[in-house]
Amino acid sequence: MARRHEDASGLFTRRALVLSGAGITAFGALAARLYKLQILESDRYRGLSDKNQFNYQLLPPSRGRILDRDGVPLAKNADNFRLLLEPEQVPDLDDLLARLSKIIPLRDDMRERIRKSLKKRSRSSAVVLAENLDWAQFAAANLHLPELPGVRPEVGELRVYPDGPSMAHVIGYVGRVPESMDTEDDPLLRHPGFRIGRTGAEKALDKKLRGHAGALKVEVSALGRVVRELPDPATSARPGDDVVLTLDQRIQNFAAGRLKGQSAAVCAIDIETGAVPVLLSTPGFDPNLFAKGISGPDYRALLEDEFKPLFNKALGGTYPPASCIKPVIALAALQQGVTDSHERVRCTGKIKLGDREFHCWKRRGHGPVNMLGAIGKSCDIYFYEMARRLGIDHIRDAVHAFGLGTNFDLGLGGGNTGLVPDQAWKRARFGTSWSQGETLIAGIGQGYLAATPIQLVVMTARLASGRMVTPYLIKGQEPPEFDDLGFSTAGLGAARAGMVAVTEAPWGTAHRMGGLGLGDLKMAGKTGTGQVRRITKIERDDRVRKNNELPWALRDHALFVTYAPADTPRYAVSVVVEHGGGGSVAAAPPARDILRELLKEDPVTLARLSVTNTTAKGPAT
Amino acid sequence: MNEFRVARIERTLSLGAKVARINWLLVVLLCLAAMIGVAVLYSIADGSWTPRAAQHATRFGVFLLLMLGLALIDIRWWMALAYPTYLVALLLLIGVELFGVKVMGAQRWLDVGPIRIQPAEIMKLALVLALARYYHGLAVERATSLRHIALPALMIAAPVLLILHQPDLGTAMLVGATGAAIVFLAGLSWRIITIGAITGLIGGVAFLIFGLHDYQRARIETFLNPERDPLGAGYHILQSKIALGSGGLVGKGFLGGTQSHLNFLPEKQTDFVFTALGEEFGFIGTLSVLVLFMLILFTGMMIAGRARHSFGRLAAAGVCVTFALYVLVNISMVMGLIPVVGVPLPLISYGGTVMLTVMIGFALVMNIHIHRNSELPSGRGFFL
Repeated sequence: MARRHEDASGLFTRRALVLSGAGITAFGALAARLYKLQILESDRYRGLSDKNQFNYQLLPPSRGRILDRDGVPLAKNADNFRLLLEPEQVPDLDDLLARLSKIIPLRDDMRERIRKSLKKRSRSSAVVLAENLDWAQFAAANLHLPELPGVRPEVGELRVYPDGPSMAHVIGYVGRVPESMDTEDDPLLRHPGFRIGRTGAEKALDKKLRGHAGALKVEVSALGRVVRELPDPATSARPGDDVVLTLDQRIQNFAAGRLKGQSAAVCAIDIETGAVPVLLSTPGFDPNLFAKGISGPDYRALLEDEFKPLFNKALGGTYPPASCIKPVIALAALQQGVTDSHERVRCTGKIKLGDREFHCWKRRGHGPVNMLGAIGKSCDIYFYEMARRLGIDHIRDAVHAFGLGTNFDLGLGGGNTGLVPDQAWKRARFGTSWSQGETLIAGIGQGYLAATPIQLVVMTARLASGRMVTPYLIKGQEPPEFDDLGFSTAGLGAARAGMVAVTEAPWGTAHRMGGLGLGDLKMAGKTGTGQVRRITKIERDDRVRKNNELPWALRDHALFVTYAPADTPRYAVSVVVEHGGGGSVAAAPPARDILRELLKEDPVTLARLSVTNTTAKGPAT
Repeated sequence: MNEFRVARIERTLSLGAKVARINWLLVVLLCLAAMIGVAVLYSIADGSWTPRAAQHATRFGVFLLLMLGLALIDIRWWMALAYPTYLVALLLLIGVELFGVKVMGAQRWLDVGPIRIQPAEIMKLALVLALARYYHGLAVERATSLRHIALPALMIAAPVLLILHQPDLGTAMLVGATGAAIVFLAGLSWRIITIGAITGLIGGVAFLIFGLHDYQRARIETFLNPERDPLGAGYHILQSKIALGSGGLVGKGFLGGTQSHLNFLPEKQTDFVFTALGEEFGFIGTLSVLVLFMLILFTGMMIAGRARHSFGRLAAAGVCVTFALYVLVNISMVMGLIPVVGVPLPLISYGGTVMLTVMIGFALVMNIHIHRNSELPSGRGFFL
């Protein structure tokens, strides 16, 4: 019994030691493993833990505003209540969308877009679920957030253009970052709510307006819910800079109203500084639609509109300068000594060159006209003669000096050089030699000549000042002091006198509209009627059809260029009304009105007006 | 050692003598482990006694009293109830098979009126008791023989197969391993052990290939390559390793564990409590817990070694083996060394069932300590 007991005990002790040894080995292995995990590999796991714990949220900067010359905002920001989706935190998208649609309306195209952007973007970057929600919807979504895993509410920015269509071409608009764009250099470009300047000043000045993104360190739970925000002033977003334009918001809107319903362009320029207070292309479009994301049908309608609302005609539209060119031709003729201001040319309504006849717009002719009369009455025969005497090379040089053929895009892009033809150009373009008839046609601003409205206003400003006025739109991009163009005072005086006669002489082409209407201040101008069709011999023999008898697209372009006051020029304005008919009727009155509004805001002119008013009133009282 | 050898074999003990023999070291060590559990649960709840820390403490207090009570009753009661308990546990396992409640795909629970019991949990101790009881009456020579391996083998295989079928791979392996350890301690010959090990190995491989449920297979695949799919099934293991590893030497500090507080850790109150602890207290904390468990096991094995009867030696050692396996499996699991099998860390993990099992087990150990010199009947009958 004792022996057996002794045996059993001894056996147990031996076996227990074996088992304990195994146990101690196992515990030792665990301790070793823990040592490896917690000591040797600790740094790596601490990094992973931090990655779990902290996220960086990109803080988009506030976009700079665009202001007019008086500080009136032309583009500003409003709150955009939106919902973002963190794709990696969504267990079931269909389920989520079903829940969400009970809170905010979700259109089918929105669902489609969400799915598409989810597919496109990497799982780590958020996509926009819905934006521009009203406060009630946003509040409701916030309330239901616990049932919407992966949804993050955010108050973003919506770009707002208070003036809408009238500023659309200059200001442009912002939109989603285009897919083709390289988004590597700025993480902001990958932020789902970020909007980039797509056209106009928004695009041209995007870098300045954009600002710099900040980063917000947040502590997140395993479900991605933000537990704590750890703001750091050093990493907060830096807002973009405001940008000031030379535009005058009130007058730009005035011009838009004045040309409502027309396909037209208006440019105005400060003759002394080159500042552009009005740069209008009508009809416009509502840039706010683009900022929010324009719908397909709306966009198509804009694209298909005959009046081309998306196109900036003021910078990019090219038109025959027509009779507006005549003061420049006159000046060139004087400068080259091919005439003097007193010489009279007899206008019989037509002249013959070889076997071709060239007609004056006035069938029966103006009779004998000198330079003053030729500009004032816009006699074509006189300028055919001057063009013939000058030759195309001199015409080209003069026209170039006045800004035609130069692309003034004002830093916005979308400008056009127009066309100033010469012999070399024609040979290169058509392979044929220049004919003298083409020189004659160029003398009245028709034929190959093409100019943009901004070129026309620059031409007018240069005529008014004799200096190489250059336009600018963006404060900070002021051109240097303007050089003298090198034309004689006498020549400039004669050309200007002709332009004054256009509006002030009883026989002037634009006299009927009744002058500037600001005290005794005089304006100078020049009408133009740009022919867009060829008038055939048969039609001319019968009767030239009037504009209102023609379809819109065949009617003449109406042009008018003007500056005032005639004695001390302050502003120049050009108006082009596409297919508007005669320049004196369709273009001159709105140009005059816009010019008047500009002068009413000019302190120097105002001072003069008040002096004349008091002296005028003086004797009466 | 000698002191005990020469001690008189005792028939009965007075209550006072029993109380005087309580092993207070074991009590203190168990209390320490439970207190660590309370601290971690308090931290996980963001520094709150609710919902778990206070309950854990209360539960432990009650079970400690229960343990001391059970330690003081006569050891013959334990012996007498060994077979009946085993039979009841086996019947309950069959009951689970027939009427069990399915929770998360596994049928482990049995609804008995208002309470829900987990028969596999009862079986862990019942098997220890029954095997110890079986070998107690057996001479060493017979214990080593092949003829007498049949009954213990059946006693082990029946519950293991039933538990496997629930399915609960973790518990089945725990029960099986405990049983095997007792058979080993009882003196099975090495020749049979070798043969058994080879057969077991072949059977195990066959089972791994043919017998696994999909979720078990997924667990094993995940285990082999946890970082392949960090947001899917491997997520738990990866997050657990991140929590442990980021704890470093001294940890992130009490209440400072980001992985647990931000919910990156799964099951942090139960199976992954060791990870939460490791994150906040670092290597120093985890090593301390390992040392504490080893001290408990050392104390338990010393008690087993001092018992003058086979029943006491084998039963106390069996409880220690069960306890050790809990700890080893749980900690290996949270470190990604073995697949996730759902075994909690005794005394520290929240949960009443396992704590109750463990405390009753230590009640048995304590009882054996108190009755180490008692004379036990050879016990050929069902009860004694």
